[in-house]
Amino acid sequence: MQEWANQLCENRQFGSKMTDSKYFTTTKKGEIFELKAELNSDKKEKKKEAVKKVIASMTVGKDVSALFPDVVNCMQTDNLELKKLVYLYLMNYAKSQPDMAIMAVNTFVKDCEDPNPLIRALAVRTMGCIRVDKITEYLCEPLRKCLKDEDPYVRKTAAVCVAKLHDINAQLVEDQGFLDTLKDLISDSNPMVVANAVAALSEIAESHPNSNLLDLNPQTINKLLTALNECTEWGQIFILDCLANYTPRDDRESQSICERVTPRLSHANSAVVLSAVKVLMKFMEMLPKDLDYYGTLLKKLAPPLVTLLSAEPELQYVALRNINLIVQRRPEIMKHEMKVFFVKYNDPIYVKLEKLDIMIRLASQANIAQVLAELKEYATEVDVDFVRKAVRAIGRCAIKVEQSAERCVSTLLDLIQTKVNYVVQEAIVVIKDIFRKYPNKYESVIATLCENLDSLDEPEARAAMIWIVGEYAERIDNADELLESFLEGFHDESTQVQLQLLTAIVKLFLKKPTETQELVQQVLSLATQDSDNPDLRDRGYIYWRLLSTDPVAAKEVVLAEKPLISEETDLIEPTLLEELICHIGTLASVYHKPPSAFVEGSRGVQHKRLPGSAGSGESVDSPETTSTAGVSDAPPAVIPSQGDLLGDLLNLDLTPTTAGPPPPAPSSGMQLGGMDLLGGGLDSLMGDESEPLGGDLGGTPAIGAGFGAAPAALPASFSAPVSGGLDDLFDLGGGVGMPMGAYSPPKSVWLPAMKAKGLEISGTFARRAGVIQMEMTLTNKAMSVMTDFAIQFNRNSFGLSPAGPLQVLTPLSPNQSIEVALPLNTSGPVMKMDPLNNLQVAVKNNIDVFYFSCQYPISMLFVEDGKMERQIFLATWKDIPNDNESQFQIKDCHLSSDAASNKLQGSNIFTIAKRTVDGQDMLYQSMKLTNGIWVLAELRIQAGNPNYTISLKCRAAEVSQCVFQSYEAVLKN
Amino acid sequence: MIGGLFIYNHKGEVLISRVYRDDIGRNAVDAFRVNVIHARQQVRSPVTNIARTSFFHVKRSNIWLAAVTKQNVNAAMVFEFLYKMCDVMTAYFGKISEENIKNNFVLIYELLDEILDFGYPQNSETGALKTFITQQGIKGQLQTKEEQSQITSQVTGQIGWRREGIKYRRNELFLDVLESVNLLMSPQGQVLSAHVSGRVVMKSYLSGMPECKFGMNDKIVIDKQGKGGATDDAGKSDLGGGSGKQSIAIDDCTFHQCVRLSKFDSERSISFIPPDGEYELMRYRTTKDIILPFRVIPLVREVGRTKLEVKVVIKSNFKPSLLAQKIEVRIPTPLNTSGVQVICMKGKAKYKASENAIVWKIKRMAGMKESQISAEIELLPTNDKKKWARPPISMNFEVPFAPSGLKVRYLKVFESKLNYSDHDVIKWVRYIGRSGIYETRC
Repeated sequence: MQEWANQLCENRQFGSKMTDSKYFTTTKKGEIFELKAELNSDKKEKKKEAVKKVIASMTVGKDVSALFPDVVNCMQTDNLELKKLVYLYLMNYAKSQPDMAIMAVNTFVKDCEDPNPLIRALAVRTMGCIRVDKITEYLCEPLRKCLKDEDPYVRKTAAVCVAKLHDINAQLVEDQGFLDTLKDLISDSNPMVVANAVAALSEIAESHPNSNLLDLNPQTINKLLTALNECTEWGQIFILDCLANYTPRDDRESQSICERVTPRLSHANSAVVLSAVKVLMKFMEMLPKDLDYYGTLLKKLAPPLVTLLSAEPELQYVALRNINLIVQRRPEIMKHEMKVFFVKYNDPIYVKLEKLDIMIRLASQANIAQVLAELKEYATEVDVDFVRKAVRAIGRCAIKVEQSAERCVSTLLDLIQTKVNYVVQEAIVVIKDIFRKYPNKYESVIATLCENLDSLDEPEARAAMIWIVGEYAERIDNADELLESFLEGFHDESTQVQLQLLTAIVKLFLKKPTETQELVQQVLSLATQDSDNPDLRDRGYIYWRLLSTDPVAAKEVVLAEKPLISEETDLIEPTLLEELICHIGTLASVYHKPPSAFVEGSRGVQHKRLPGSAGSGESVDSPETTSTAGVSDAPPAVIPSQGDLLGDLLNLDLTPTTAGPPPPAPSSGMQLGGMDLLGGGLDSLMGDESEPLGGDLGGTPAIGAGFGAAPAALPASFSAPVSGGLDDLFDLGGGVGMPMGAYSPPKSVWLPAMKAKGLEISGTFARRAGVIQMEMTLTNKAMSVMTDFAIQFNRNSFGLSPAGPLQVLTPLSPNQSIEVALPLNTSGPVMKMDPLNNLQVAVKNNIDVFYFSCQYPISMLFVEDGKMERQIFLATWKDIPNDNESQFQIKDCHLSSDAASNKLQGSNIFTIAKRTVDGQDMLYQSMKLTNGIWVLAELRIQAGNPNYTISLKCRAAEVSQCVFQSYEAVLKN
Repeated sequence: MIGGLFIYNHKGEVLISRVYRDDIGRNAVDAFRVNVIHARQQVRSPVTNIARTSFFHVKRSNIWLAAVTKQNVNAAMVFEFLYKMCDVMTAYFGKISEENIKNNFVLIYELLDEILDFGYPQNSETGALKTFITQQGIKGQLQTKEEQSQITSQVTGQIGWRREGIKYRRNELFLDVLESVNLLMSPQGQVLSAHVSGRVVMKSYLSGMPECKFGMNDKIVIDKQGKGGATDDAGKSDLGGGSGKQSIAIDDCTFHQCVRLSKFDSERSISFIPPDGEYELMRYRTTKDIILPFRVIPLVREVGRTKLEVKVVIKSNFKPSLLAQKIEVRIPTPLNTSGVQVICMKGKAKYKASENAIVWKIKRMAGMKESQISAEIELLPTNDKKKWARPPISMNFEVPFAPSGLKVRYLKVFESKLNYSDHDVIKWVRYIGRSGIYETRC
């Protein structure tokens, strides 16, 4: 840290010019001691020098807090420069030395009475920055005076000080009535006082979303608009940003505000321009589109936006990010301005990438020739990211503007000829999309693409190429060779490529069955037997089953016509876009994320929405309700966007964990309840191979053998007839509530606060009146308020999913707990978990998204109509093969057989019959899971023996373990 | 709002650190150094989010200025403020360098205390600041009560950019119309994009609080007058000596905060009370009917794999009586260039290996002339697959006219309280057209 200071010191010795940089040179030992002496010197000059040294040390991060009393002693001075330095020191260290900071109070209070307004303002400004409770108390009186000071400079400083005080102690500000005084300042005669008061009020209002603090009504709006013409550039920004939160009562008011804001578009300060654009974009929503003024306004917006692009690069970047939003919301504004987004050779890369993005959005038939010529230039530049984006852009032009497709394809082919590796790969990825958009048009280029097969090393490009080969297998003579070459390193490929390869080979087989049987068998076994990726296995099995069951259907499924791909990509989701338009010019518009995604705590995270268009002359509501409506209620419309985000995160984070556990052996892996259903008709279908596929399929012995081998790897359960049909699968039982409550385990901590930035979740599951509930206690152990809770489950074995949103209506304050019961249904997507009853959950709040997993007792899934008829029970028991029977011991249980039976019935485990043989009670019981799987049980209880024996029989034998656990839990509690 | 402001040298050492908000800790200083200044790769964005803290940065020579926040601030405002801060510092102590910052650190802290309060930018007009941030601490005590209230009313007032009581023996003003003309041309001579971005810079040495009115050959104004049939008497005091085009279409313009924007919006007249000394009155942009002072005609021929032949012709396209100056043509050469031979008819040309370019300089050139350079570039054989990107040929020059065709029609000065009139003010007008990004692809 000090290195530069030392160097400079040496240089100075030669130059011997006395300047302030010498203060940075003190690194000697005992310097604190020396400084102390100097600070207490009688000579004013020496004192000042010493304070400068202290500040220099403070800047480089050295701890000079030990000098606190000595520095504070220098505070009483006539020298303004010295005073400011001491104040600077105080602001830094007061918090660490609260007791000594009190020493400064007297001087502050005295300074607030000084005849010089600059000194009064300085005192009140500094006091507000000292975050020590005791000092804050003393601040109130001087602040009250300063808010009514005769000098505007003092008043404007005091206005900001109220915001400072509010940040330290909000209650105090309310109790002292400072908010009202601040509101009065909006009518102040001095424009800068008005602007600062607006800034302070806006900030305070953000942390009180419902307070209606700003009380925007036509009168105050008029005052603000008047001040707008007179205050500094910064003040104009504060006022415009505040105006943007107002919702005009009708289109006439909206127009009149717009008219008074438009002159700001000519301001030299880009931030003033952007904030004005924000107000106009928002209020424009309310204007009827047939109004002349609406058209005029649209025309007025383009030139200032273009002018922003001649600002410094950093501002250009901010402007471009915003234009990107504006173009998505109102494409007509910039549609003729394509040329200004052409990339300049010397633009910084971040400007280049953003311009390119906008160019693609503006591309149309009218300008496509120019755009393409530009993009071709860009594709030869040096920056890899930029070049890739340019190539991708060419592809997108082809998809967007049909007339240009041919030119785009030939441009892409030219680029492929350059043989620059990443250009080729990017080109292939986009050509794939072009093929999809214009089927049977450009397939002539496939040969050229195939030449580049070897140079592809990125998964996306490999997958795209494989897709092309599979899709057009019939036109590529050596398609089988090409695909086979990929197969060698199958397990080293990324999932994307593996999946694509599997599909492509199946397509190839369906198109050219005779030559490719071996290949397809190879890939199916690679995918199902040698892979531990569940998606890949699933897809593999589905294809396998399809091919073996009904090849014609397989053809229909696999080679089905694909839906058209959309023209626009990367569009921001509409509700998010609306919200971002309300945040034009701010960080949110730069990140393209709602403020809640990057701002901590509750400040500024209320979702904003665009006003709806109002009928002419018709006032919607009282101004109070309309002005707060945008901020106060948590709009449900916004939540889907959050959900999308959450979904993405969920997929991202959870996929590795599901792939993580060791794969179950193929034989047990197939025993999913759902799979049983598919397996039903397998036997009969296996014999039905004469179903013609290309005529010669059935007759080829190799095929027969090939598919004959497949079932051998499949579990035995497939060949067994299945009782429950597909109808039963989602039969939710719809049972009546049971008199006796089902067993519910006590709550346990699922998500410790440490792992979730202060959010602790403990919970349990219960089945109440036939409804599965997830009962949770959310505790906020963080320092800031939590809001915007949402929950989502990963796919799970029984398709559990929330039946409604997580109902946390009030923000959760620090140290507060809340009980939530979340009803669940079982209609969600199904994926087998390990263990079976594992549930992966994502909970989101304003701070972050958190993940945890928990296990639910399987008894939650036992439905109320799970009592089997005796006859059926007997038949079923016999019918289920003995392989599927499992036996467990329940130890240390002292219930009589009747008590046990009662207890179990409470959890929907029904006793059908009881037999007593040799003093041993045998209870025959049945239960049904939500997805229609029946479990049959035989519970043996011997009088005097605390150990019970239970035998479970089920077609899906893997549930047995969980069922046994539930028995144990129910009986022992 | 802005939570803190840091200034670093090129090594990432802190020169100035001022924290305004409690949510910004000392670790923020280090986070920026580690993640941005010491980052390995090129800066990919001027806004960086590190651990839910956003950093805005700009660079001046090798000095980094960073503003930090944890809130959803107005991003455009933060950058505008950082630029403004650079302006203020430059006005106080010249170039922004490590040495100057260290030498003036007390002053910088004082300025930061004044122009940013709790992260809200306050008046940052140098003219106003200089009246009370003087680095002569005692002055505070010597000011009279009148002086003090004059300062505060200027800092907070409507005309924050000018103080009262300014007196000059000779009332004088200078107007510079400075334009930079930007061009991107295809090798075939087709204009891909062209625009002029211009600035009107004014130096005013006027007494009192003069009311000024500025007029130019803005198409909208001229057309309006033409329709009305009324001739503005101001037309007579034409300063520009107008010739050529009657009026020009201005795409967009922005003004210094002294200009009354609402008046411009309603009447399209530019009226203001100017700051004292030098400032930028307006910026504008035009795209129609631009006079392109030079045309570059490139001819690049690849002779085998190891030789390039380049011929470039430049033609000047303005009145023969005018002279262009400081002409420089920059012809990029491939990275594997081993040798270059140049022949030019006029000026001097040199191959600069370090810049990968042939630089051809001509001191002066009159209008409607033509000049040519030819070069043979020898290349080292490479097996590099990557093609040479062929950057465009760029050009620099300065011409004594405004390529947009803008003409100053008048600048009238009224000061009712003092007894000098518009005729007593000495006015100077100058037009300078410079090359902006003036490129021709080859």
